[in-house]
Amino acid sequence: MQNSARGAVATAIWIILATVMIGPVLVATTSPYLAYRNTAYIIGGFAGIISLSLLLIQPLLAAGYLPGARAITGRKWHRWVGTAIVVCVGLHVGGLYVTSPPDTQDALLLVSPTAFSVYGVLAMWGIVLTVALVILRHRMGLRYATWRLVHNGLAAIVVAATVTHALQIEGAMETVSKWGLCIAVVAATGATLIDLRLIRPFFAPKGGWINGDPNARKQKAGDEPPA
Amino acid sequence: MENDNSGLKGETNMKSPFYNRRSFLFSAGLASAFTALEPFGLLSPASAIGLAPTRSMRGGSNNYRPNAPMVDRLGSGFWVSGRVRRAGDGAPLEGVRIQIWAATTLGGEREPRNHGSVLTAADGSFRLEMEQIVPNFGQPHAHLAYDDGAYETVFLRPVMPSASDTSVSTEFVLAPV
Repeated sequence: MQNSARGAVATAIWIILATVMIGPVLVATTSPYLAYRNTAYIIGGFAGIISLSLLLIQPLLAAGYLPGARAITGRKWHRWVGTAIVVCVGLHVGGLYVTSPPDTQDALLLVSPTAFSVYGVLAMWGIVLTVALVILRHRMGLRYATWRLVHNGLAAIVVAATVTHALQIEGAMETVSKWGLCIAVVAATGATLIDLRLIRPFFAPKGGWINGDPNARKQKAGDEPPA
Repeated sequence: MENDNSGLKGETNMKSPFYNRRSFLFSAGLASAFTALEPFGLLSPASAIGLAPTRSMRGGSNNYRPNAPMVDRLGSGFWVSGRVRRAGDGAPLEGVRIQIWAATTLGGEREPRNHGSVLTAADGSFRLEMEQIVPNFGQPHAHLAYDDGAYETVFLRPVMPSASDTSVSTEFVLAPV
């Protein structure tokens, strides 16, 4: 492919991705419900919407699919987006707690009348565990293969729980844009996991690829991959 | 069991000590007694004595502010209504105070303007007009409380089938203390 064509494709990919991610957030800003809510509720709600939106780009960055953010650059962004998700989840729970302490306590203690609260709390604990593993994985001496498996498993749980949580909520998000984003999030996570963990290992050349990167050379078990 | 064949043979040849007519009758009796109890309701204590009292709903007391002021109305366009009866005989209860609050277009559930009390009429009915209820914490719902001591306290949290509904209705069956 010529450079200009490649550039056009790259631009198109980023425009589509940005539209799917930012569109639903912008639509939600037009919700009439916002006029009836206090600042903490609005911040908490949008922190949740943005978390959902960030879950779309997160696996694509990890896998290095995105033009301009391949391999190491993608991984670096993956860490920043991961940090942003953690901050947003903190703001989400905190904002809701300030808005209505009893409703948030019920949710956290899993005695809320709303079923979606359980999925929200499940996703939150999945993220808490992910953060704990990110911090402790070297200290725990986790092998890279183990870490990858646990991290992917947690990611799948977080995505499934978050989407289930979001779809059941009647809130600021508009229905069609919410479903669009949720389907995209599930598709991105599912496709990435299937590609990285099933397809690529299956077709990997003898000697192996590391994490889907054909340029990386296979290392001994327990070795860190190139950062 | 040492060997599958010998075990099978043994069981067919002997009278099973594990499952005979007596144990069948015993377990069947237990099972039918169990189905008669609470969750299945064939013989619930309430039906034995008449109308069962309403139980508080999960989250019903959230953002409760005791002693909401008596009001004629809290706004317009949305009706919260219901009926209050006595457990057992089902008699309508007059002059019972029901406290009502919800997130509306005026603000959230902790907004004082969204809290008010009404008394039941002679037929046990009550109703309160307020501003449109809006979804709060993911669901459009109202909160109602009976909390005045003569009967067991009950907190309700009816959910509207649709956020565009302009009314919500519920029922209290109160058990004397």
